[in-house]
Amino acid sequence: MKRKAHYARNIKRATHLLFYRRHKQPGVKGWELRKRLGSDYPKVVKILDNHLENLDLQVKTVFEGEKPAGEPTLEQLDKARFYITLRGGLTPKETKMMGWRIDDIAGLATTISYIIAKKGKAPREEIEKLLRNKLPGWRVDINMNRYIRSGYLAEDENKQLYLDWRTRAEIDQKALVDLLLSKEENPK
Amino acid sequence: MSSKRKKLGSEHLQRVIDTCKSVEERGLDPFNVDVDDIIEVVRKYFPEWESPRELLLDAEAIHCLASVIKLQGDWVKHRSTSLYTDPFLLEEKIRRLSREELARLFLEAWHPIIELEQISLHSLAEAMKYWDGLLPINERWLKTSYLEVETGATTREELVKLRILAEKTFLEELEVFWEELKQRVGGEEKIRYWDFIGADTYSETIKRAYIASFLVTYGYATLEVHPLEEEIFIKPFEKPKSMLGKKQTISIPVSISFEEWMKWKEGKQN
Repeated sequence: MKRKAHYARNIKRATHLLFYRRHKQPGVKGWELRKRLGSDYPKVVKILDNHLENLDLQVKTVFEGEKPAGEPTLEQLDKARFYITLRGGLTPKETKMMGWRIDDIAGLATTISYIIAKKGKAPREEIEKLLRNKLPGWRVDINMNRYIRSGYLAEDENKQLYLDWRTRAEIDQKALVDLLLSKEENPK
Repeated sequence: MSSKRKKLGSEHLQRVIDTCKSVEERGLDPFNVDVDDIIEVVRKYFPEWESPRELLLDAEAIHCLASVIKLQGDWVKHRSTSLYTDPFLLEEKIRRLSREELARLFLEAWHPIIELEQISLHSLAEAMKYWDGLLPINERWLKTSYLEVETGATTREELVKLRILAEKTFLEELEVFWEELKQRVGGEEKIRYWDFIGADTYSETIKRAYIASFLVTYGYATLEVHPLEEEIFIKPFEKPKSMLGKKQTISIPVSISFEEWMKWKEGKQN
């Protein structure tokens, strides 16, 4: 009974920590969770994740560098960042409520998949040229800056674009590439 | 090596650097660079380089080549991952798909972060407490306004009073102390160390011991240690002697503890 109360209390704490933004970026580092919830925080996070499933939400773990092949070690979890994300997908209608136009989403999809195809780095000029095929020029620049500001992309001094923290947290990159490649084009 | 050949070599290395940099900066295929060929060029000219400028150019070429090799390594690593896909194929797909189709596919792979932005009751209570204690802005500004004063010049006496300047310079103080030592010695050649530095208060004794240590270090006096009798004497010189660099100097630690000072004081009273 005591054990149950302990986990119930820690799940509440974890919910507060993960839902409310406490830093410049959303999410919480593993070591912060350990500090507040104790060394068995991975178990608390797992229970919370199960609870969230009914609400179509999940606890997403983003590891530093590449995702470990097997079970992650405590050290890898401590360095990872934990977020609450939507478990399933969104419908186009729902994205309108979030303030995203279809052009914005299509542009983001194009940019991210292009960077993935180019091994994680591509010149901004090249991407803008690709986007101008389907979007007006003035919109391309505005959108690109929006993606950078939101944390989907990062730009270096050589005008090279990279995938940034929000892409790693929100987008299933492999699923995106697979979906794009498996898409049969509609006959015109 | 003739200057013509050296010039040719420098140009060759500069071309290598430019090629490697353009691969790195413009995201070109790193396998377009023939690493073996470049190493051969670098090796060919290396024994001939003499000046720092030439060696620097050689080092830069090697550094740029190492960056390209790293890019090649990354490429192989990426190709072996499940994320690898033919960029041309993917680009073609992106070009052919409509905006609507692209957006719909993306939505299947997109799981946006959920976060709450809501003020808590606790934060509201804290904010109210802060607000209650906050002075009206005109009162706060009044407190931080500047007091205008006339500028003027300060005197040495004032600075001494404020303890920014000492009354006497250290050297002046040292000379006065040396004169006192000479007077205290009188007809004798030396005086017991403790009889000279000892004062009515412990803090004054410490101060005198501190200045006495400089008298010895700067060659105004010397110490005479009698280890068997456990006695130390201080002996003034008629003229300051600089020992630095002429003779090997030694340090003599002298303990000035409170107990020793008390013992000296009692002995003096008896």
